[in-house]
Parts: sequence; C-alpha cells; structure tokens
Amino acid sequence: MAACRVSPVPPLQWFGATYVELFRNAPLSVLMLLFVFGLTKAGVGPYSFFASAIVVLSIYTSAFLAETFRAGINTVAAGQAEAARAIGLTFPQTLGIVVFPQALRTVVGPIGNLFIALIKNSSIASVISVLELSKRSNLLIDQQGVSPIPVFLGAAVAYLILTLPSGFLVGYVERKVSIKR
Amino acid sequence: MNRPTTRGRWPLAALLLILALIAGACGGDDDEPTVGANAEPPATKPTFPQGTAMAALQTKGKLTVGTKFDQPLFGLKNPVTNKVEGFDVEIAKIVAQAIFGGTLAEAESKIEFVETVSANREPFIQEGKVDMVVATYTINNARKERVDFAGPYYIAGQDILVKSGDTSIKSVTDLNGKKVCSVTGSTSINNVKEKAPQSDISTSFGTYSLCVEALADGRVQAVTTDDIILLGFIADNPGKYQLVKAPFTTENYGIGMKRGDDAFRTFINDTLEKSYGNGAWKKAFEDTVGKSGQQAPQPPKVDRYTAGAAAGSSTTTTSTTVR
Repeated sequence: MAACRVSPVPPLQWFGATYVELFRNAPLSVLMLLFVFGLTKAGVGPYSFFASAIVVLSIYTSAFLAETFRAGINTVAAGQAEAARAIGLTFPQTLGIVVFPQALRTVVGPIGNLFIALIKNSSIASVISVLELSKRSNLLIDQQGVSPIPVFLGAAVAYLILTLPSGFLVGYVERKVSIKR
Repeated sequence: MNRPTTRGRWPLAALLLILALIAGACGGDDDEPTVGANAEPPATKPTFPQGTAMAALQTKGKLTVGTKFDQPLFGLKNPVTNKVEGFDVEIAKIVAQAIFGGTLAEAESKIEFVETVSANREPFIQEGKVDMVVATYTINNARKERVDFAGPYYIAGQDILVKSGDTSIKSVTDLNGKKVCSVTGSTSINNVKEKAPQSDISTSFGTYSLCVEALADGRVQAVTTDDIILLGFIADNPGKYQLVKAPFTTENYGIGMKRGDDAFRTFINDTLEKSYGNGAWKKAFEDTVGKSGQQAPQPPKVDRYTAGAAAGSSTTTTSTTVR
C-alpha cells in the first residue's frame, strides 16, 4: 500500500490513498460488523467469527502501517532514489533494494507501536462474538459471579504479558538496525 | 485549495448539533396532560362508593398509567403521533373505560401515560407518581412485598426463534447440539445452559438484532430470549422467522398498584375478567401483539391472592403483615 502511494502511477496512488483513508478512518467495531454481516448479504461467506476478526484487524492495521512506511520512505533522501534510477534500476527495484531498507530503520519504533495497538485492538473482536481476553473476562464476571476488579486486573496483566515483550523486541530491533552516529 | 471553506463549515455544524440537542431535550416535555377535569360525562358513566380509588379517579378525571415507551408490541411510543401504542396500552384503556365509561377512545383521552423503565416501577407506584403500572411487569414475590398486582393479564416466557420452516427445534431440549445466540451476559443464556447443557452458546452479541442477523446468515440455528422481544422481530420481518412456542420460563405480567388498596385491586381484577369474557381482551391482543402473526392465547386466570400472604413468606416485613 505504501508503495502504491509513492508510486509514479496515478491510479495506484489513488487506490492506495482510498484504501488508507477508508480503513484507518472507520471505527474498527463498525468494520468488523460490516465484514461479518455485510458480506453475507452480498452472498459471500459466512466466514467464522475468528477468521473474520483476523482479516479485519489485518486490513485495519495495514492502513496504519502503510502510512507509517510512507512517512519512512519520505525520510530517505531523494538523491538515493535518483541515483538508483540513474544506474538503471526499475521503480520496484529502487524501492525494494535501495529506499525501503533505509526507510525501515526510521519506522521500527512506530511499527512497534502499531503492533501493540493491534494486540489491544483484538479486544474489539468481542463485538462479533469472538471469545477473546476482554469478553472472557466479562463472562467470568457476569456468569461465574467473580468480583470484577481482580478479573480486570488479571486481564490487564495478561495484556501486559503480550505487549511488554513486543515492546522489548522492538527496542532490540531498533538498536540493531540503527546507524551509529 | 479549499481548506478555508471546509474549516468555515465546522462552527455551523456544531451550531446545528447544539440546536438538535436542545430540540431533543425540549421534545420530552410536550406530552403534558390536556384532559379537562370537567369533560362531558358519558351516558354509561359507572358509579362507585364514596372513598374508593375509583371514585377519586373519576372525580379527578384522569388516570396516570406507567408503561414502557420502548417495548415493541406492548408499549412503544410512536415518534410520529407521539402516542404510546401496544398491548399494555390497550389493557390500560380497558381499565380506564371501566372507571370513566364511554368508548375506548374516550377512555384513552383520560389516560396520562408516564414512561416507566424496569428499575423505577416500584418507586413510581410507592411515591404515587402513577395510579397503576402496565409495563410488561412480571409478578414475583419480591415485588409483591412492595406493590400489589392485579392480573396476570398475559403470560410471557423465554422462547426460541428459528427460521421459518425449521421443524428440527420443538422445545428447549432440542437446542442440545445446536448453536444458540443470545445477548452477552443475559439471564436468557443462563436459562439455556441450565435446560440444554449440550447447546453451543458461544455466539453472543451486544444486542438481539445482531443475534437475529446471525440467524438469518445461518451462523446459529436459534435465538432465545423473552417471547415478547422475539415477537417484535417476527413482526418486523414478516415470514422470515417463527416462534417455537414452547416457553420454558414463566413471566406473569400483572398490573402494579399501591399496596393495600384491595377494593381497587378487586375492581381491576373484575375488569380484566370481564374483558376476557366479552372479547375486549382478545381484540386488544389481536390489534397489537397479534400483528406479529400470533394467535390470541387463552387469557390467563386472574390471581386474587391475599396481599398479606405474599409478604408473610418473609417474616421481617411486620408492618405489612399486620393487616
């Protein structure tokens, strides 16, 4: 998607821009409900709730990822791309071999952010009946009569167990790819 | 670039929003009673002994009834006419007719409907904000300690909604091995878990309309909750769904009123029984709930319990068992 948005072909640019604006501006819960109940009206599916949640989370997060990558690509000095084109590389080659690896370096941190957001966004899947962490916590409270505060604390810790290592991993990769200045 | 004009529209949009909110807030006050106390007395105006609630209401010329404004088929405020419509409303009209005489339409003009939600029905009765409550109000012992009930005038229960033509589910036990949808954390789910332990209740949403969507898509085979809610979906989607008609819980809907006025309660019970006999109850049902394709059932038997007996089960409420 990021490649689309920086490509020299206008239709590809429009496609990339439409995709990004559509999916990053719609609320995640609305996207999920539309995917689950809208597609069947169009004669597609039904897919399982779990698969639907994964697909929608991917579409949604990829819109944010595309914007992050685009920002990263824009930080790479224009001379790099010009030089690559000058020695005869095609646009995909320029992007893939020269620009993108340099862009990646600057966007590792923001991508880590998005990954953590993705883990937490999975709680929205409860609206389409996926038994994820939040919904299970609520069921414990509603049906087993467990008092709410310990359950919520437990859920928070469980999210931390997933997100904290992701944060550390991102920090590690960031140090690994950074240029010594 | 047309940025500046886009930005210029925002204050206008905000202003419209504020205006809309104000209009919405004011709209609620429009239903002030317009009934004059000296309305022309109809020819068949009944007479009541002095000192009874019926005589007092007749003199006042107004009956205040608490009902739901958001329950399809039973008590739903029509946003166009601003009138409350439904079976509960028709029952209230029958009672009003017995007090004031005249036609049902004339009786309706003497009723002031006040919105009661599930949580405020007892307080509204106890504080005298309403003369009676007809609001899908389940009779139970806990409530009998705070208010009195006439009726029941309808027996509801948890039932099962399936697609039209589905004959594989005939009772709650047939739900074993089937996918059932209900609202997350509702008592309806717990009831199914108890009565059909092998049913798959993993599908649940925040609202019943999503459960019905899941039923339409074939993701679940059944949706379960109180039949009156399910009937609303049948009425909204004619021909698509049907009720299994095997209720597995019992909710007796009664008319709630202030505790201790046995004369008033007997009067309303008499009125209900009369309406069972003369077809008024059946017509009330067919004009409202019946529109969902339901045949009018046999009217339930009125329960003329002694008010003290209900409170007697809990020995702590001495003040109410004195009588």
